Amino acid sequence: MRSFGYARAGSLAEAIAARAAGATPIAGGTNLIDLMKLDVARPDRLLDLNGLDLRGIEIGPEGARIGALVSNADLAAHQQIAARYPLLASALLAGATGQLRNAATTGGNLMQRTRCYYFNEADTPCNKRSPGAGCVAIGGVTRIHAILGASEHCIAVHPSDMCVALAALDAQVIAEGPAGERAIPASAFHRLPGDTPERDNTLGDDEIITAVTLPAEGFADHYSYLKLRDRLSYAFALVSVAAALRIEDGRIAEARLALGGVAHKPWRDQEAEAALIGREPTRAAFADAAAIVLAPARAQGSGPEGNAFKIDLARRAIIRAFDQAARRTPQSQTHKQVA
Amino acid sequence: MDGMFDPSRRNSGDGPGRALPRVDGLAKVTGSAPYAGDFALPDMLYGVVVSSRIARGRITGYDLDAALAVPGVERIYTCLDRPRMPASAHRWRDMVGPPGRPFRPLYDTRILYAGQPVALVIAREFEIARDAAARVGVRYEAEAHATKLERYLDQAYVPPKKREGIPPPAEPRGDAERAFAEADCRIVGEYVSPAEYHNPIELFGSLAWWEGGQLKVYDKTQGAAATAQYLASVFGLGVDEVQVTSPFVGGAFGSALRPQYQLFLAAMAARDLDAPVRVQLTRPQMFSFGYRPRTRQRVGIGTDASGSLRAITHDAIAGTSVFEDYQEAVVNWAGKLYACDNVRTGYELVKLNLYSPQDTRAPGAALGLYALEAAIDEMAHASGVDPVAFRLANDSDRDRDMDLPYTSKALRSALEQGAAAFGWNERSPTPRGTRDGHTLIGHGMASGVWDAMQMQASAVATLRADGRLEVGSATADMGTGMYTVMVQVAADTLGLPAARITARLGDSSLPMAPLAGGSWSAASVGAAVENATLALATKLHAIAARLPDSAFVGSRFDQVAFEDGELRLRAAPERAIRLEALLAASGDDAITATAKAAPDPASQKRWARNTHGAQFVEVGVDEELGVVQVRRVVAAIAAGRIINPLTARSQIIGGVVMGIGMALHEEAMLDDRLGRMVNRNLGEYHVPAHADIPPIEVIFVDEPDPEVNQLGVKGLGEIGIVGTAAAVANAIFNATGRRVRELPITLDKLI
Ligand SMILES: Cc1cc2nc3c(=O)[nH]c(=O)nc-3n(C[C@H](O)[C@H](O)[C@H](O)COP(=O)(O)OP(=O)(O)OC[C@H]3O[C@@H](n4cnc5c(N)ncnc54)[C@H](O)[C@@H]3O)c2cc1C
Ligand code: SF4
Repeated sequence: MRSFGYARAGSLAEAIAARAAGATPIAGGTNLIDLMKLDVARPDRLLDLNGLDLRGIEIGPEGARIGALVSNADLAAHQQIAARYPLLASALLAGATGQLRNAATTGGNLMQRTRCYYFNEADTPCNKRSPGAGCVAIGGVTRIHAILGASEHCIAVHPSDMCVALAALDAQVIAEGPAGERAIPASAFHRLPGDTPERDNTLGDDEIITAVTLPAEGFADHYSYLKLRDRLSYAFALVSVAAALRIEDGRIAEARLALGGVAHKPWRDQEAEAALIGREPTRAAFADAAAIVLAPARAQGSGPEGNAFKIDLARRAIIRAFDQAARRTPQSQTHKQVA
Repeated sequence: MDGMFDPSRRNSGDGPGRALPRVDGLAKVTGSAPYAGDFALPDMLYGVVVSSRIARGRITGYDLDAALAVPGVERIYTCLDRPRMPASAHRWRDMVGPPGRPFRPLYDTRILYAGQPVALVIAREFEIARDAAARVGVRYEAEAHATKLERYLDQAYVPPKKREGIPPPAEPRGDAERAFAEADCRIVGEYVSPAEYHNPIELFGSLAWWEGGQLKVYDKTQGAAATAQYLASVFGLGVDEVQVTSPFVGGAFGSALRPQYQLFLAAMAARDLDAPVRVQLTRPQMFSFGYRPRTRQRVGIGTDASGSLRAITHDAIAGTSVFEDYQEAVVNWAGKLYACDNVRTGYELVKLNLYSPQDTRAPGAALGLYALEAAIDEMAHASGVDPVAFRLANDSDRDRDMDLPYTSKALRSALEQGAAAFGWNERSPTPRGTRDGHTLIGHGMASGVWDAMQMQASAVATLRADGRLEVGSATADMGTGMYTVMVQVAADTLGLPAARITARLGDSSLPMAPLAGGSWSAASVGAAVENATLALATKLHAIAARLPDSAFVGSRFDQVAFEDGELRLRAAPERAIRLEALLAASGDDAITATAKAAPDPASQKRWARNTHGAQFVEVGVDEELGVVQVRRVVAAIAAGRIINPLTARSQIIGGVVMGIGMALHEEAMLDDRLGRMVNRNLGEYHVPAHADIPPIEVIFVDEPDPEVNQLGVKGLGEIGIVGTAAAVANAIFNATGRRVRELPITLDKLI
């Protein structure tokens, strides 16, 4: 870790000005400080957002607005969020640990960086760290890498659980910069690596996330967040599935499907969702949806060090998560046995 | 002085057998127990290590300008610019180092493995040193490295020089190959386990300073005395010119049996700069020294039609470094555990550009019994015999390799009591026989074995005027419960409550103790404490006998008892004198006695000594998703006398948890192209989380053993892990019908 300057933002305007001048925001610090210790992040100046008034949760008939500094723990425990948007609460609880969720914030979770092993090895070639250097992950240990949307320049995945639920729920990320406020659909917030993997998302370099908003529909009746990982808690997803259904008269009226751990962004597939409309909520229907989502999937290496298994695992997980949602037996995040 | 344990002597309620909460528990949970990295001295300097990026090659130069320009940097040591250090290998030997040339930090430009320390930055603040360390440039000339065991199996060799204290594979017995070929039923299995790192929560760190020609050190070590000897040898000092202090150790699992490089670097810089220096490693740097080596094992077993063992072969190939031949007893257990006339074993090494492996909880046995007990399960299944019945039928009451009877071997009771507590007989013997929705439920078991060793140790006991007793020995407590064991043994001999006894350890100036490893510390140091307190008791009795008009005049030692803080005449307990009064009468401030305890060589020759266990595991495996959940565990342990049921249980639970981790989670992920592990943090190197651990029932079966050593204890540090991974793997087979022979058994191997 290298020396850095530190300032606490007194107001949003001050924060935006400092950010535009090159300061790096810090919220919970659970990701940024780790990366600084590994010499992966080398900010000159830290801009501490914690003095800003971005900790509110407002919830009404038309939806919810969650301040960027609301902690992952507070958000998951918020009674109305848990009641109206249980998919989000469940995804939050599937992430990290109690201690981390106490410190981690909504904005920081959106902005967290990949867990690609090599990204964290500051002395290896990585396009995300140093554009043009190459991607050492390709041909290496790729168990936790992408099966969808990867490019020859980067095969990393976005590791968040929360963001998978946000994508499924059609949330919006509210950003504010010198040009004012704008709303970015959650599923368009993160991006695919293409030939610019150094950019994780579409937030401007001069913008700050102030809030996340949720539409009225929370799919509280039929949802499940199913996370598969290498131990039952405190591990990033190998594959996770946010599944939500609206069922009318025994048929699917609306479906949402987003995957985590498989791509550089939460992977939402509207074609697969559309294919479910009008069908009965059967495993066969869900398998068809899974086939559509995974048709473009490509493996990076086989065996336990590769990720070929994730394609089949994702298929099985999609079917199960939808099945859990349909039966109203959402995956419990406290009893880890998969239902 | 007769040190034999006398079971009729029960002088204090706090003696052995009592579930005394660990005496250092309050200090630990309130944060007042100081660990090596917690100590600080005025004007202390901070050292941060720079690690090698390449796995093999040469350093051609350094770019230090940027680092030296950071204000507050005092000095940067490199292999091109460092104080003189001894060259010859023998100067660098430590107590448990394997044959070869011990690693010498910053010695020369040769890179032997990735992560090797290549520079040490010293600064006035830790943050400054860390900043500058990130700016140190090192130029390398890389050479092709060899890090992946599987690519070099054809270069495997039998280690030419045996590692001291580690038995080589036993001489073949009978003709295993022929008996195997002629067996009615046989199986062969190949079992693979990855490199695993100890990963104690406390990172390695050392604070060193020189005081009047004496070297003083706070270190994380499992043996303060061994560490002092190492430093004395490396720096050319007398052992009494070095003092190593290590009062608390935040987990070690074998990693602190050898001095790690930060220790030498701190002492080197402290001498050179004439200032206290603390060198603290990072979590990624915890992957830059010893580990349990990646090992491939092949087990062949044959039985006759009735399920009697006819042949066992067990071969292992493990990685080691290019500079040492690390060895452990992987294949030495089949011949001990089972009655089989034809046994052949083999053990080979492959040189890799990694650091030397290092003893890791139940070194050798954790690996060997994984493969052996998984294979026995396969054999039992193939021959249609229940796995518990199979083990009972093939149990041996002698160590067939040494051809000696056991001092005790209550493995049969462990198997029977464990099976009963677990409800083993209700399990479905047919794989995939039990399900709960998507979850396939399976039951598996395995036996475990470890040594019950005793080493020579010394201890001191001092009674002070206020009636407090202090006992001390240069042993270590890495969470094992050693402090508590010392207090309880002392409480027993001197009839004092635990609250009046203080135990001291982790200080090389205390009487000599062996490294705290091998599960021998309770037996070894416990015996020394018993002898020291008995010697003290003799002195106290002698004082009483000299007192004018005392009831003790003319009494013999065996006519008195130490009870409730008093010396009493056995025949007339009301004739008593308080220990404080005795001390006051003596005219001294304190009375001290020192004593040694050592194993009885005649008994060592006549008997084999082992501890045993039987592990029973229930797993649930999601049929579709491969997710494994361990649902319950029963560990039935035969380990002689249990000094403290609480700390004993903790030891077993800790071992079982580690065994579950071995079965399902732990794996250092090697990138062979880079020649290094890439998951060097606790987020990505998985050990079990709470959610992975079910209720664990620990049963200590009755195993009185006056022969094994004077306290009758066998030690508990390792036996909990031995066999556990096999029991989990066997349960997964019973659940799914799948034999996964490569650890860890992650979900991709089950879908
Ligand atoms: C060991 C470990 C395990 C974890 N496991 C999981 C898991 O299983 N699932 C999961 O989803 N997450 C997991 N996490 C990640 C965790 O959720 C993130 O670290 C956390 O959400 C980041 O939030 P923070 O507030 O601490 O961010 P910080 O570390 O403070 O910041 C992270 C980034 O966000 C930027 N930033 C923060 N706030 C704003 C803002 N308002 N506007 C613009 N930029 C901003 C910072 O500049 C920085 O680049 C884990 C983390 C660790 C360390
Ligand atoms: S996958 Fe992306 S993050 Fe990982 S090494 Fe390649 S470029 Fe870097």
